[in-house]
Amino acid sequence: MLELVNINKLYNPGTVNEMCLFKDFNLTVADGEFVSVVGSNGSGKTSMLNIICGSIPVDSGVIRIGSEDITGMPEFKRQRRIGRVYQNPAMGTCPSMTILENMSLADNKGRSFNLARGTNKKRVEFYRESLRSLKLGLEDKLHVPVGSLSGGQRQAMALLMVTMTPIEFLILDEHTAALDPKTAELIMQLTDQVVKEKRITTIMVTHNLRYAVEYGSRLIMMHQGEVVIDKAEEEKRFLRIEDILDKFNEISIECGN
Amino acid sequence: MEFLLTFILGVLEEGLLYAIMALGVYITYKILDFPDLSVDGTFPLGGSITAVLIIAGISPILTLFIAFFIGALAGILTGLIHVKLKVRDLLSGIIVMTALYSINLRIAGKANLAIFTKDTIFDNAFLNENTPVILKDYLTLIILFIIVVIMKLLLDLYLKTKSGYLLRAVGDNDTLVTSLAKDKGFVKIVGLAIANAFVALAGCIYTQKSGFFEISSGTGTIVIGLASVIIGSNVFKRLTFFKATTAVIAGSVIYKLCVALAIWAGMAASDLKLITAVLFLLILVVSNERKRRVKVSA
Repeated sequence: MLELVNINKLYNPGTVNEMCLFKDFNLTVADGEFVSVVGSNGSGKTSMLNIICGSIPVDSGVIRIGSEDITGMPEFKRQRRIGRVYQNPAMGTCPSMTILENMSLADNKGRSFNLARGTNKKRVEFYRESLRSLKLGLEDKLHVPVGSLSGGQRQAMALLMVTMTPIEFLILDEHTAALDPKTAELIMQLTDQVVKEKRITTIMVTHNLRYAVEYGSRLIMMHQGEVVIDKAEEEKRFLRIEDILDKFNEISIECGN
Repeated sequence: MEFLLTFILGVLEEGLLYAIMALGVYITYKILDFPDLSVDGTFPLGGSITAVLIIAGISPILTLFIAFFIGALAGILTGLIHVKLKVRDLLSGIIVMTALYSINLRIAGKANLAIFTKDTIFDNAFLNENTPVILKDYLTLIILFIIVVIMKLLLDLYLKTKSGYLLRAVGDNDTLVTSLAKDKGFVKIVGLAIANAFVALAGCIYTQKSGFFEISSGTGTIVIGLASVIIGSNVFKRLTFFKATTAVIAGSVIYKLCVALAIWAGMAASDLKLITAVLFLLILVVSNERKRRVKVSA
């Protein structure tokens, strides 16, 4: 279980640009949940992910995984239990290293990066099989640098690499936003497949309302650092895109846009 | 004919010697994407320590290892300043480079320290007795060649290990290193340590070859190193069987050839640093490397 308890976060404190993003923000994500998060720009979606992952500190509040308080834990240590896929496909792979080298790096997560051979020859066949499951033909390009792949291919690899070792949480930060519609669809299906297969607790931020409605077991809509819609299970099943759009419009009118 | 042979021999010797240093710069500039200026201080650091140790009677071979180790410490210092105190990469290097100037003077005691009369790895009783006459002229070159090949192979091997993979990843996309639950700062420090160890080793060998330590020997080290790396990676770009480290060594020899040609064409030895700088500028313009690469993450 992941818990955010009474999170407070100010941007630019003490200046004229001071902006309160989160005020006593609370969120609990149960094990095995697949949460889709929607909301307008600046509503705090990505900031929430950054707070969970430790990319930005909180002013006060507690972040817990299970019963363990991880509020003060540095980002890289949290990543042992968390996997994150970014909006920019370049963030999840090393461009100048080959596909095989990237797979080997990902495979070694959680273990020591010592002076043993970087690529374990015995694992190559496994990497090839995993890549084949993506159906992008990457299994025949093991020695090609990842930098020469397309954004979609890289994002598929990023997803594969992040879920190669056991993780408890998958954080998806608009991970289909930079892709063309067809590739986005493919990545979304792959995501759903791997999440179900490995039963990873997932939080997905997306601007694609259809994905938010179609995938996942819970939907959250955020606005100005607060949760304005939170539907799970039964309730979510009957949720339509129009319902979310209505809420969007309502908020826009309130804000005078 | 005689002149040509001496000329070529000189270029090869200088080229190979500086190639060890250039391998270090290759690690920081190409792999870590870190413009590390501290090498201008670590090159003479290796030299000053070597001069003092050899005068104290320490085995010349042992000084190679000591210089390597001390160079690594200097690299760790640059890394700690950058990672822990969050000083920008360029400035961290400048701080360490400046501090090392005084430290080198402290170590050597003065700006020049001669070891002409002492045994070195190039000139000692064992070699004098056991070298066939026909190889006498090439002895320095052979020894340099052996050291360069060993260092190159060690670096190639290291870059194929898990730790080496992580080093390459941190310069390429440090977000991925964080994703792998590894501290990217620590990896950078490791890279800087190895790079500066190589540079200090080159300084150690330089002092043993020339027979003296000189405080200003480090000035322009980074420029020579960068020039070698950029020449190497551009000239041999299309030859995929040519390993990057081999290209750097070849780049260093080509660079020293250009300098030697300039001096042969009538420039004075005192113009050396000027030649160094102008050549480097030419290389940057020709190779298009002057535009800073765009990083994936800010």
